[in-house]
Amino acid sequence: MAEEHKHIDTLTGTATTGHEWDGLRELNTPLPRWWLWLFYLTIVWAIGYWIVYPAWPLIHNSTQGLFGYHSRNAVVEDLKELHAQRGPMMAKLASASTAEILADPQLLDFARAQGRVAFADNCAPCHGAGGGGAKGYPNLNDDDWLWGGKITDIEQTIRFGARSGNDKGRQGNMPPFAGVLKPAEVSNVADYVRSLSGLPTEPGADLAAGKKLFADNCAVCHGENAKGNRELGSANLTDKIWLYGSDKATIVEGIEKGHGGVMPTWEGRLSEPVIKSLAVYVYSFGGGEK
Amino acid sequence: MTQLEELVRQSEVKPATPPPPPSDDEIEDIPLYAARRKIYPQSVHGTFRRIKWVVLLITLGVYYFLPFVRWDRGPDAPSQAVLIDFPNRRFYFFFIELWPQEIYYLTGLLVLAAIGLFLMNALAGRVWCGYLCPQTVWTDLYMAIERFTEGDRREHMKRESAKWTAETYARKAAKHFLWLMVAWWTGGAWVLYFADAPTLVKELATGEAPLVAYAWIGILTFTTYSLAGHLREQVCLYMCPWPRIQAALTDEYALNVTYRYDRGEPRTSVKKAEQLKAQGQHVGDCVDCLQCVHVCPTGIDIRQGSQLGCIQCGLCIDACNNIMAKLGRPRDLIAYDTDLNIKARQEGRAPSYKLIRPRTMLYAAIIAIAGGVMLYTLATRGSEGISVIHDRNPMYVRLSDGALRNGYIIRIVNKQLKSRDFIVSVDGLPSSLVDFVGLPPRADGRQLVSVGPDQTKEVRVLVTDYSNTAPAASTTVLFSLIDADTGAVAQVRDHFFGPERK
Repeated sequence: MAEEHKHIDTLTGTATTGHEWDGLRELNTPLPRWWLWLFYLTIVWAIGYWIVYPAWPLIHNSTQGLFGYHSRNAVVEDLKELHAQRGPMMAKLASASTAEILADPQLLDFARAQGRVAFADNCAPCHGAGGGGAKGYPNLNDDDWLWGGKITDIEQTIRFGARSGNDKGRQGNMPPFAGVLKPAEVSNVADYVRSLSGLPTEPGADLAAGKKLFADNCAVCHGENAKGNRELGSANLTDKIWLYGSDKATIVEGIEKGHGGVMPTWEGRLSEPVIKSLAVYVYSFGGGEK
Repeated sequence: MTQLEELVRQSEVKPATPPPPPSDDEIEDIPLYAARRKIYPQSVHGTFRRIKWVVLLITLGVYYFLPFVRWDRGPDAPSQAVLIDFPNRRFYFFFIELWPQEIYYLTGLLVLAAIGLFLMNALAGRVWCGYLCPQTVWTDLYMAIERFTEGDRREHMKRESAKWTAETYARKAAKHFLWLMVAWWTGGAWVLYFADAPTLVKELATGEAPLVAYAWIGILTFTTYSLAGHLREQVCLYMCPWPRIQAALTDEYALNVTYRYDRGEPRTSVKKAEQLKAQGQHVGDCVDCLQCVHVCPTGIDIRQGSQLGCIQCGLCIDACNNIMAKLGRPRDLIAYDTDLNIKARQEGRAPSYKLIRPRTMLYAAIIAIAGGVMLYTLATRGSEGISVIHDRNPMYVRLSDGALRNGYIIRIVNKQLKSRDFIVSVDGLPSSLVDFVGLPPRADGRQLVSVGPDQTKEVRVLVTDYSNTAPAASTTVLFSLIDADTGAVAQVRDHFFGPERK
């Protein structure tokens, strides 16, 4: 800007900035007028923005702006609109029983769509994105149900959980037998349990002793025929589905240390329609039980 | 005398050849920007003017009134012949209904449009520009309004150069009012293609229409008013890519609006021509009356040869023919012709018109093939469809008896405007059971699914493999959808997954 830099380039007739590199000068080409006016306009616009929108941070708050706009309020408004939109269907879900939901195609579609989102938010961390389960967390797609696979059973388990501390929840666990049975006995029981579902046993295993030990210690919960008891959530030991694994080491560990996986209670944490939607969604994974 | 007339006057002394291109020195002197030279096109009567009126009436008539044409599709579909139904994602065109996944027909239409444009260009140059382009058609209408309110060329120029009176202002106000009305109607017709026209008209009138409708009417009012009323030939000269592409695509056989300088030069006024003829000198037929320049909507002089500004509307042909008829000279001093023919006539050979050439035949063939493929697929497309998504997690499930099960979500598409029952079956596994979640099981694994009119339905399908053979990591399965009434079939392949073989 200084006057001494006011060197006029002969070819273009434009002033230079006064910078020179090996004889090359930098033209100080003026901005196009339309550009300049647009720039001024943006400044005016910015001032207007400060005034009408929340802008300046203060100690406890910020300037509120003339429009009273706040992005948080916008979200609340949007949610209100969404709830109003879903209201009628949600009311229907809340009042209908899960059996009624299954019988109504429109309600079923709505419940499954909502269940899919709720499942991803609440259930997928343990049961997997599609309910595929993991070690200790049941696969919800198969036909083996610890606490029952009817729609009412599933709803009950979701609502109150298992070993969740809720009085209405599923109760019963696999106690540790480490101090009760000697290691050799545990080994025999484990081999016997494997033999029930046709898995090979270790050579030299005393299956007869294992059977006796099973009848004395395990049959109380797992049943004489080892098919489990849904009242207690005890597993069916004769099928091909193993929650923790079917290899002998895992079974031995289970007998010695016991099991007690927790399914939390969702009553009070999720709304009534969402719990029902989840039950219906889980039920539709593998068709549940009739 | 305007700058243009000055130019024309100077060109009077030039010999009977097109003017040479400007030299490099001259090009450097051309300024980067030039103020627009206002054009006052004069009215004209004749063959091409009549053709342009007819084309204008047909194209604008179709555009403005098509949304009101009704087409009965029954109670479950709109009764508008042409409707782009965005909320429901459907496009209706008389007896054709397209779903979003059939957007490729639009690609086909664009191919046809492009090659059609090329064919027109190969046959007769810028037919599109001169007669069919919306910019030309609307500008034509706007010029007619301008002549109606402000008078024809002479009257308009005279009034504008004189001191403006109340009448001048009144006439101008009337012009802009009419222009805006046409522009507004243009925007109004546009939005009618996107909703039920009679309903929307009522809503627009009572102020109940959605904001987006008013916004679009506003946008198109603005663009029509500014493009057809104010920018006019500037659009063709500076904004439109087609003239530049056209110049690269055209060839020497394409018929263009051509000043036959072999016949017209040296241009001489009628009086002078008599004298020169008496002296036994050769004179051309052009009397330099400038009618061809005055009627030109882009303000060019066709006698300078083929040029970017020429949209080849043929109005100069009409103007020149009218003059030639008055003078008792032969017609078609300006006509659809080629430079090759001018040279042929100069050399005493007969002119030739080659409309059928490899280029035109190739374009025609592409149009025939693309059009044929589109018609064939449109005529034979199924009105039902099935798509399958395999569960991602878990990929397969081991059941308590050791059997393997895969889960799928299938979506059944019914494109007919009536409810239909479909039989769904899954084949490809030696021993399997197919279970449709929420639907009663059937022993044969085939399930009847009912889908509403013009709707899709999602069904969860569980396929269980009971064969005791070690399952392959992946087996191909075939989902079949069969219309229970007509037997129409749609099929899609997917996979049945098992654990990796060890």
